[in-house]
Amino acid sequence: MGKVMLEVKNLKTKYVTRFHEDVFAVDGVSLKIEEGRSLGIAGESGCGKSTLALSLMGYYFAPLHYLSGDIIVDGVNIAGMKPDEVRRKVLGQEIAYIPQAAMNALNPTMKINDFVNDVMYAHGSKMKKSEIREMAEARFNELGLPPEVLDKHAVELSGGMKQRTVIAISTILSPKVLIADEPSSALDVSSQKLVIRMMRQLMQKGYIKSMIFITHELPLLYNVTDDIAVMYAGQFVEQGTANEMVFDPVHPYAKGLMGSILVPEAGTREVKLTAIPGTPPNLKHPPEGCRFADRCPYAVPTCRSLAPEMKTFSGNREYRCLFSVKKLREVYSDGTGRRSGEKPAGIDELIADQ
Amino acid sequence: MTAVDHVDFDFNEGEIVSIVGESGSGKTTLSKMLLGLISVTDGQLYFQGKPRDISSRRKKQEYWKNIQPIFQDPFASYNIFHKIDSVLLDCLNMRGFRSASNAQKVDMMTEACSFVNLKYAELTNKYPFELSGGQMQRLMIARIFLLKPKILMADEPTSMIDACSRATILDMLLKLRDETKMTVIFITHDIGLAYYISDKVYIMEHGKFVESGKPDDVILRPTQDYTKRLISDVPKIYEPWDLDAI
Repeated sequence: MGKVMLEVKNLKTKYVTRFHEDVFAVDGVSLKIEEGRSLGIAGESGCGKSTLALSLMGYYFAPLHYLSGDIIVDGVNIAGMKPDEVRRKVLGQEIAYIPQAAMNALNPTMKINDFVNDVMYAHGSKMKKSEIREMAEARFNELGLPPEVLDKHAVELSGGMKQRTVIAISTILSPKVLIADEPSSALDVSSQKLVIRMMRQLMQKGYIKSMIFITHELPLLYNVTDDIAVMYAGQFVEQGTANEMVFDPVHPYAKGLMGSILVPEAGTREVKLTAIPGTPPNLKHPPEGCRFADRCPYAVPTCRSLAPEMKTFSGNREYRCLFSVKKLREVYSDGTGRRSGEKPAGIDELIADQ
Repeated sequence: MTAVDHVDFDFNEGEIVSIVGESGSGKTTLSKMLLGLISVTDGQLYFQGKPRDISSRRKKQEYWKNIQPIFQDPFASYNIFHKIDSVLLDCLNMRGFRSASNAQKVDMMTEACSFVNLKYAELTNKYPFELSGGQMQRLMIARIFLLKPKILMADEPTSMIDACSRATILDMLLKLRDETKMTVIFITHDIGLAYYISDKVYIMEHGKFVESGKPDDVILRPTQDYTKRLISDVPKIYEPWDLDAI
């Protein structure tokens, strides 16, 4: 077992709206990432993925507020630190964050080299400019970016190139955790591939110690990360290795999500896509019972009153459902109710044996 | 500059035809020509066996009754000053229900909304920006359901929404095709999507079709380097994804 790089315990954060109504966007997330491993977070729009990414940095600004929980980066708890302290000591050095529109962060009047200097001096580097330049050139080379990029302005670079440049700059201090929130979604498939290749090189060469990758594209997660967690309505509903999650999902929501995968491979054309009806619940007033109950084809009355806890099964996997894993697998192999929303026969008796 | 260079193709009733290519290959230009939004420099378009005639505004409107688009960006597809009702009412007027009774119109709009899993009663009096991207795109399909055109031109209709709503929307498009026997021209850069939905695939590079045929032939056994590269660029789950092959 490797050293734990990032451990999050029961993290809760909220948005405060104009009318002082709270939206509990991250509601009790726990996770653990060891050195050299990566975790993917999947889920549909509005389930709290991006809020989780922001919350993990420990840098809170209105309307996002910290409620409770721990964020332990390599043994140091950063939850509850003052924003200024987080900015100086944690961001960039311990945790780097890449949002979808990272490429828009480049100031068009500055050369790429100036950004590198900026990052270094903002974190108290004592290196000379020429030394920084040398280091940046070496790092760019290692990551497959031509060093000439350093002498260019942002407007001279293509979208994919800008995104890769920002990734290279934001990881220049070799952070322990890289949080990438849809880093390739705004790019076309060829640029996306280059971005993914770069993230993999960063991991392999040890420039980043661990990574969290957020996206709704499951084939991408499957190829990039070691583990996958599926998020729904501010909570994780299932967690396991990428292989287990794609080919053997247990939670009904994860099952539905995996059914929406589209890949150009033989045999996938004949299988109909599964769509999950409805929309996620409003997190101003989270449902009392299971949050997925309203959309779940297998829900029974108890689901609406009893909120399930995260349960462990077969080693390291976890899921959040009242039904037992055995029961869920039986239901899936039955095949009925998957697309039509009809309940398989006898499901009403299948209340959890917990 | 030649964006679309002497392409020949034909679409049949009830078919879903995909045009796949990377950014800048001329897919959208082609779709705009078919819609009659851009004039054609050279060549001839035939619609239902006759040369297409959109020389006057009236003829153009007549043509648009038969061919309707869904665009990539649902947020840019609506006039934000018009309520959702008026979007749907316009469709009814265009199909010649201008003099129908109010109750009849509401019935038809309710039916269209329920076809795409939206509730008309909740939508009425709302503005488009009050909906999510997926809902807006579904409302676009409700429009198509009301108009029942012969051809639907879907230009990247799912590239801006998440994978989950994408499945819902593809499902609805297939259902609509089965019910109305319309032809769907599906423009996309996502080869996995094209493989799933189409009856026929055209691969487009620099304004030309480089390969075409049944999805199983083109995508599982590609002959052109360009097609092979497009396929190698997308992540897979059953075969390893070779990141170094560029």
